[in-house]
Amino acid sequence: MDVAGIIQAQDLSKRFGDIQAVDQLSFSVQDGEIFGFLGPNGAGKTTTIRMLVGLLRPDPGTAVVNGYNVLHEPVRAKESVGVVPESSNLYGELSALENLIYMCQLYGLPKKDWRKRGEELLEEFNLLDRKDSKFQGFSRGMKRRLTIAAALVHRPRVLFLDEPTTGLDVMSARGLRGVIRNLKMKGVTVFLTTHLIQEAEDLCDRVAIIVKGKIRVTDTPEALKESVKETEVLELKVHPLPPSLLQDMEVIQGVEKATIIEDKLRLYGQSLHGSVGAITNQMDAKGIKISSVNTLVPTLEDAFVKLTGVDAEVMRVDKPVKMGGQG
Amino acid sequence: MMGKEMKIAYYIARKDLKAYYLKPPLISWGIMLPIVFILAFYLRNPKGIAEIGPGLIGMTVLFSATSMAAIVISFEKRIDALERLLMAPIHLRTILVGKGLGAAIFGFAMGMIALLLIIVVFGLHVSHPFSLFVSLLLSSLTFAFMGILVSVGVKEIFEAMTLSNFFRFPMIFLCGVFSPIVTMPLVLQIIGFCLPLTYSVDALRQSLLSHEGVIHRWLDIAVLAGFCLMLFEIALVIFRKRTQESS
Repeated sequence: MDVAGIIQAQDLSKRFGDIQAVDQLSFSVQDGEIFGFLGPNGAGKTTTIRMLVGLLRPDPGTAVVNGYNVLHEPVRAKESVGVVPESSNLYGELSALENLIYMCQLYGLPKKDWRKRGEELLEEFNLLDRKDSKFQGFSRGMKRRLTIAAALVHRPRVLFLDEPTTGLDVMSARGLRGVIRNLKMKGVTVFLTTHLIQEAEDLCDRVAIIVKGKIRVTDTPEALKESVKETEVLELKVHPLPPSLLQDMEVIQGVEKATIIEDKLRLYGQSLHGSVGAITNQMDAKGIKISSVNTLVPTLEDAFVKLTGVDAEVMRVDKPVKMGGQG
Repeated sequence: MMGKEMKIAYYIARKDLKAYYLKPPLISWGIMLPIVFILAFYLRNPKGIAEIGPGLIGMTVLFSATSMAAIVISFEKRIDALERLLMAPIHLRTILVGKGLGAAIFGFAMGMIALLLIIVVFGLHVSHPFSLFVSLLLSSLTFAFMGILVSVGVKEIFEAMTLSNFFRFPMIFLCGVFSPIVTMPLVLQIIGFCLPLTYSVDALRQSLLSHEGVIHRWLDIAVLAGFCLMLFEIALVIFRKRTQESS
């Protein structure tokens, strides 16, 4: 483990009953980087964040954030981090400014700074004109922006974001990614979890892929793509597309993995071009028609599928957004 | 350090009062129910209102403080807002003090309204104002922590209210609200002496009516303080356990 990391996790584990949610995770996040925790729903991403910010006690394992052991110095550790949970959980009955002032109070800011800091953040997050509107009347995107602003009142060096764009429309999600990039430019270290491969590729300096509570690989998106550079990727539009087709394809020599992404069949292999004849024969035999074939340059999504064996479609399933009046 | 935590507890209480005092369960259980009880007893026996006045004030504090506590805890748990406090650099003890303080202020205010109603409308005379103030204050805090204790263990508001009523309604009949506890059968007296409302009503009755109590009013207040601390510590243990259990 890198001792210079601003976040250091060593053998973090958590079990809930019979389920091992997180299994001996060790990693380190460098000062100033955007570090992504990428994995399907239920992989252990939120549990890991909760242990890193002191909301959950690890079974064994240690977490050190900003030099503070989260277990032994939880208050000092919390003083130096901001946390944006998966649900936008500010207070619906309070206005945008009242919510931020309340956060200033909880984080011990001097009274003279409450209003100034609140308005500063509202301006930064483009919400100043709605400062007196109640949080419960905000759109989902606005709620998300204000929740991030609330995590920044005390100017933390590290920001934890749990699934920041889940449930947002395309424009709001894009705007939020811009906000996260700006934070990095200001020197804030960002630790984010996501199940969106494209989001991890767009935003993160480094990505840890987590499946069933274990980290499979940690590297830059570029290096992860490089690791599957030799892999050929073939995308076929076929009709019909029965799920049994995946097994039929994977028995063909040269096809290492078959998956369905956005209603298209995607095949992976080191020398797929030599298998094209066998693939088309198999399709003919099953009465399946091929309407288009494309050769793709491997993406992070392809690297994810290759490295984890998890279907990319699983990653596209959004977690249900918790409403609870807060959205 | 202690001052900083107390300040934060005060901010938590102030926010709760601002955000929740008009919630429907608070209005129905915390305000309407005691008023209905007072009017019902007054209409039945206008002259006897003085005798049961202290009991009705104690009951008002009990219902309003426990309702407020149950709402702030269980409502904020349901919408994940309680987690926001857990993420902040403050101790669990401070969070519970803040939550209890908000509920206690609400309970105290409702108790004062009931007291003023009985004094002004029904002409009751206060014999010991200082012990009345202290007993009302401690009763509010004790019942607030009782409400917190009930709500930290459940998930939904309706569960908290149901569980609260499981304790609150028997207490009305076991703690000397309507008739002196010493007139009850021995078994019920023993149960009554294990419940904080008994000491609250006894202290209020002595402070308001100058009657002789079951025990001295300052002893009542000391027992109430003991209940207050005990309920807080038990709630803290459960709260700590529950926050660490949630995934």
